[in-house]
Amino acid sequence: MDDGRAGWPETVFAALKAADVRHMSYVPDAGHAALITRMSADPEIATHVLTTEEEGVAIAAGAWLGGVRSVILMQSSGVGNCVNMLSLPAMTRAPLLMLVTMRGEWAEFNPWQAPMSRATQTVLEAMGVRVLRADAPEDAAEAVAAAATMAYEADGQVAVLFGQRLLGRKTW
Amino acid sequence: MVKAMNRREATAALLAARGDALVVSGLGSPSYDLHAAGDDARNFYLWGAMGGAALVGLGLATAQPGRAVIALTGDGEMLMGMGALATIGVAKPGNLSVVVLDNGHFGETGMQASHTGRGVDLAAAALACGFVEARTLTEMEEVRALAAPLAAPAAGPRLFVLRVAAEPLPRSLPARDAVFLKNRFRASLGLGVN
Repeated sequence: MDDGRAGWPETVFAALKAADVRHMSYVPDAGHAALITRMSADPEIATHVLTTEEEGVAIAAGAWLGGVRSVILMQSSGVGNCVNMLSLPAMTRAPLLMLVTMRGEWAEFNPWQAPMSRATQTVLEAMGVRVLRADAPEDAAEAVAAAATMAYEADGQVAVLFGQRLLGRKTW
Repeated sequence: MVKAMNRREATAALLAARGDALVVSGLGSPSYDLHAAGDDARNFYLWGAMGGAALVGLGLATAQPGRAVIALTGDGEMLMGMGALATIGVAKPGNLSVVVLDNGHFGETGMQASHTGRGVDLAAAALACGFVEARTLTEMEEVRALAAPLAAPAAGPRLFVLRVAAEPLPRSLPARDAVFLKNRFRASLGLGVN
């Protein structure tokens, strides 16, 4: 299927490379699959698979203490797992860049995704994380580039939400 | 029965040969213990973010592969972040050691018995997750013998449980300002503020 969406992970990858991101951690989501594959194959990027998303927040803080820029990939349900750990970038004023694929908001077949989907942006903002959104494939890389500047150059805590409409219907 | 070790003595003995090792400590007593052993720009003390100490250590070990990294934590925090054992076991950093000061209790909150005090074996869990070495130490002599190898590279991640007494000790408080601690730590590595 080529409906114009297929290329956006590559543009996001290029934006992360341009921002000198050297570390990526993730709990998988189908919407992140291409980006996970692409980053994992890059010898300049260290990757860690996580058991829960909050681990990535702690790893990113440690990477920054050691001078490395990290990005965390997760699904919206995982944002809820991160809440208390977000104290760490808040208190250290360390860069945090989270790329979040949304579930529960567009052609969603699983109602269990809805509660955390509704809460995702609220929870992030409650913990001081700035939220940017990309709902069209052509906006994804620009949003990531903007968020990377705010994170790594302005010591900000930033999440980019990739709308479920951008990701397309989940087929299974 | 063996008398459990004093956590301050054990921490000081363990870090006696740290060299240029980087140390991250978990909230509560491990941060006080690390501070009591001697404040240092290469120490990063957590005051919250429970469950994060070993993983901050993993991020740091990944970013600084040439430096030994020691994550000093307690049984309560390690239990909260047990998934970290799987994540570190898969990542296999040879320069990361996790040290658990295990008093079998949640010491900051009223000394309730923790899971390790009820039989959970963190060293066995670490081995099952792929750590190359994991064991429980009960004697100061064992701790002193570990000081030098702890600062040396290994074939993969290691975890050491130090069985310490559950006893109230005077607090030894590091700075609470995490931005100060971050910048001081990064400066010790030659890194800028941003």
